Amino acid sequence: MFGTAVIVFREVLEAALLIGIISAATRAVPGRNRWLTAGILAGLAGSGLVAAFTGTIAEMASGIGQEIFNALVLGIAVLMLAWHNIWMSSHGAALAEDARNVGSAIRDGRRECSILFVVVGLAVLREGSETVLFLYGVSASDGSGSSAMLLGGIIGIGAGISVGYAIYAGLLRIPMRWLFAATGTLVLLLAAGMASQAARFLIQADLLPSLAAPLWDTSTALPENSVLGRLLHGLIGYDPRPAGMQIVFYMFVLVSIALSMKMANRPQRNTS
Amino acid sequence: MKLLLLLSFLLPIGVLAADTEYLLIIKDHRFQPAELTVPAGKKIKLIVANRDATPEEFESHALNREKVVPGKATVTIFIGPLSPGRYPFVGEFNEKTAQGTIIAQ
Repeated sequence: MFGTAVIVFREVLEAALLIGIISAATRAVPGRNRWLTAGILAGLAGSGLVAAFTGTIAEMASGIGQEIFNALVLGIAVLMLAWHNIWMSSHGAALAEDARNVGSAIRDGRRECSILFVVVGLAVLREGSETVLFLYGVSASDGSGSSAMLLGGIIGIGAGISVGYAIYAGLLRIPMRWLFAATGTLVLLLAAGMASQAARFLIQADLLPSLAAPLWDTSTALPENSVLGRLLHGLIGYDPRPAGMQIVFYMFVLVSIALSMKMANRPQRNTS
Repeated sequence: MKLLLLLSFLLPIGVLAADTEYLLIIKDHRFQPAELTVPAGKKIKLIVANRDATPEEFESHALNREKVVPGKATVTIFIGPLSPGRYPFVGEFNEKTAQGTIIAQ
């Protein structure tokens, strides 16, 4: 039961961290809760679908369908997170000053909400489908104790959600004027980490050269399966043995989003 | 968009690279063979065939690889080029029995 809880916790953790951060980042966006819930539900439904068709996906493109699928999902999530961050740099200040009643803010807020929906949905979809598969395997394998293992699964999900909620609650303690700077930085690192993971999948599928693998090895100092390693993996994309290409993707996304945020922020500062 | 362009630019490099194939079978939540010796310094095409009805996840921190292998399905994982050494891997969904090592030499 404990082993099951740990595995499920690992899968849920990444999505939970993202949802916690994104929820805090969109705190002042009108209609946020509805879209957040819709995103989670759509993601769960999608997880079931992906899990059901996992055999088909895996055997597509001569055995590398899964990598292509994962890289695509991650790529879309990176684009959405980039859009979110750029949007927040130009509208965040207005939202912080409580511009709820301004019509344009609500209209723009709606667009932001659809991004929120997609990002949350994709995060749940990716991590959820593996959880569904694992729990399916557990319940399908005959023998005793499968109900105990399912209970473990529920404990794992609960623990993952708790960590996501903890980071959300922690972020909400930050005063409003610093909140967007904090969540903006976290989302930026999330996006860069996802880009690095997408690169890893494409290397695994042999669609990209690895460019020195691994570039460095910090697995003895901070193993990936330690608690801190897992948390850092989910938050900033920590990888103890990254390939050179992963670092190229990481830096490319990090720098281009950061520059776009700067540019989006500038005109507003001048006018106010 | 830029990312896609970059990707399409890099695609042919990977496709052209030659590779060596090795077969790994999952049966009764165990890997066969449990120890696989491969040449160092070469890209390896690992074919993982799951003969069990339940899904498995091939995971190796040492190789930096992670992939779900659905029940009764066969997938491909590219690894390496590796420097000489031992690279343990597990089936994450049945970690107690599904263990193996790739030895590069």
